[in-house]
Amino acid sequence: MGICDLPAHQIAKMVRLREISAVEVLDASLDRIQQVDGRSGTLNPGEITNDDKQKVHAFISITTDLARAQAKAVDQKLAAGEDVGELAGVPVSIKDIFCVQGTHSTAASRILADFISPYTASPVNRLEAAGAVIMGKVNLDEFTYGSSNESSAFQPAPRNPWNTNHVPGGSSGGSAASVASGEVALSLGTDTAGSIRQPASFCGVVGLKPTYGRVSRYGLIAFASSLDCPGPIARNVRDAAMMLKIIAGADPHDSTAATHPIDDYLVSIEKNIKGKRIGLSPDYFRITYPDPVSGSFQQQAVTHEIEQPVRHAAEVLSDLGAEIIEDIPMPNTRHGIPAFFVISRVEAASNLHRYDGVKYGYRTPIQTDDLRLMYRRTRGEAFGLQPKLRILMGMYVSAAQYSEQYYMRALKVRSLIRQDFHEAFNPTGKYRLDALLTPTTPTPAFEMGAVYGDSVMMQYADQLTVPANHAGIPAISLPGGISSTGLPLGIQLLGPDFSESTLLSIAYAYESATSGESWRSSRPKVLS
Amino acid sequence: MITEELFKHLVDLAALELETDESQYLLGQMNNQITAINELEQIPLDDDVPPARHGVPFPAEISPTLREDKVDVYPNVEALLNQVPSSEDRYIIVPDIPHTELK
Repeated sequence: MGICDLPAHQIAKMVRLREISAVEVLDASLDRIQQVDGRSGTLNPGEITNDDKQKVHAFISITTDLARAQAKAVDQKLAAGEDVGELAGVPVSIKDIFCVQGTHSTAASRILADFISPYTASPVNRLEAAGAVIMGKVNLDEFTYGSSNESSAFQPAPRNPWNTNHVPGGSSGGSAASVASGEVALSLGTDTAGSIRQPASFCGVVGLKPTYGRVSRYGLIAFASSLDCPGPIARNVRDAAMMLKIIAGADPHDSTAATHPIDDYLVSIEKNIKGKRIGLSPDYFRITYPDPVSGSFQQQAVTHEIEQPVRHAAEVLSDLGAEIIEDIPMPNTRHGIPAFFVISRVEAASNLHRYDGVKYGYRTPIQTDDLRLMYRRTRGEAFGLQPKLRILMGMYVSAAQYSEQYYMRALKVRSLIRQDFHEAFNPTGKYRLDALLTPTTPTPAFEMGAVYGDSVMMQYADQLTVPANHAGIPAISLPGGISSTGLPLGIQLLGPDFSESTLLSIAYAYESATSGESWRSSRPKVLS
Repeated sequence: MITEELFKHLVDLAALELETDESQYLLGQMNNQITAINELEQIPLDDDVPPARHGVPFPAEISPTLREDKVDVYPNVEALLNQVPSSEDRYIIVPDIPHTELK
């Protein structure tokens, strides 16, 4: 255990009290990166060696000079008696899907490999203003299109700190891996179908997808604009609450950033959860997936190992005075992935048309006298397979002759998914839930290479997380136990629009009540 | 089922140039995804179910007011132009746009 294993709120407090300098924290973080990360992802990695396979590879770019300047500025402000902000000296990593001025902002794609952002994303600006020290950009699936990080154009891809033969999850895999291995205390991720919560679950950390519109998307390279949510990844609930408070709120640059008041989440977490109504749904204890051979849909119960942490959390919360309500019907849960296949692809194809080799990013080196050929070659050479697949599917399902059958239908199914949550959370309805408690993922982290390439099975890894994105509601994934194979297991809490305070208070109560349980003393293998 | 002919049309619309092995993989994956998507057709939908373009409603009380319609000059135009792959005298250089005879 070192400085970089301390909670973010404790690091910030120690820096403010001048028990430690921000530069010392930075150096501890750089030492940890040196110890566990291995080489950063690049476009031309050569052979992936056995040594590579033991490392985390969370980062694409480590911006040491910028980080040192930020840390020194914090120390100088403190020496001058000035205010340094709530995140003073806390090392933070940024998923490389956010623009940070003057740095490479790649989306883990060849097409943006040399793009230097001329401006900084709003949530990053807010972290910097609060005194955070930005350590650099962390890896992800190319343009966030995946659930394992293996699709990144920058290899070696991130690996799970608990077992480097396994994926860290995705698409915020570099974020979750960097937090779990103590390289940073916090990371800024994004969640479009589960991309914060699934890797948080796989890496044994806390991941919060806020309500759509709670955090500005300005400076976030878009995937599916009606679903994308920036949010915090942290090692504990208090840190996630602290980070959300800083990044949340309206933004003149994003008309979908809601003006809804921001609670003081650090006060909220302390609230008593007595009488809170927490639901369990059978529809979150089974998964539906297409059989790879026959194509027919199979339904099966999640394993005891996945269900058990949820049942245990329900008992813990019940002992704390919450009321557990079983058998909440969420019948449209299984339709989340098919609807996502349509909606996200249409939005992704639209968002990816801007990459044309004209204004910024990659342009084919092959000279041509035909503009259209330049577009095709540029995009053919620089997009990886997953962006190509999403563009093509988006073109297909939104074509005039199919859009009624696919796109309009998917949008209506989205209404049904939202309706499920409305019925569960309606304060005058039958169930009147404050939160729904579920597993985060159908399995623990899978092995590298086990799923990658099968775009359908990869997407089904998000089955229990994607409904929250369709509905726009907030959801948080928390560590809930350790599997028989030594991998973290996650539990998820979902709540109505803008109920982050309630979710965080339930999460904090659960975390505090289970702090002494034996599984909590397990540590990622890369730290042993 | 997406045929090879339809696939070629989509590739053209998507402005992509693909290698043969890429095309094979992508066409196979698209047809697998369509199998998953076709599940949507089995879902009974009443006529009055509205399409949801996003989940959270944005009533006026949580929506920002539109900003004033005035020119806001970007402070660092050079930083934008520096990203252009090919330029001359602040003009962006691109290959010719071929003439097409309308049928």
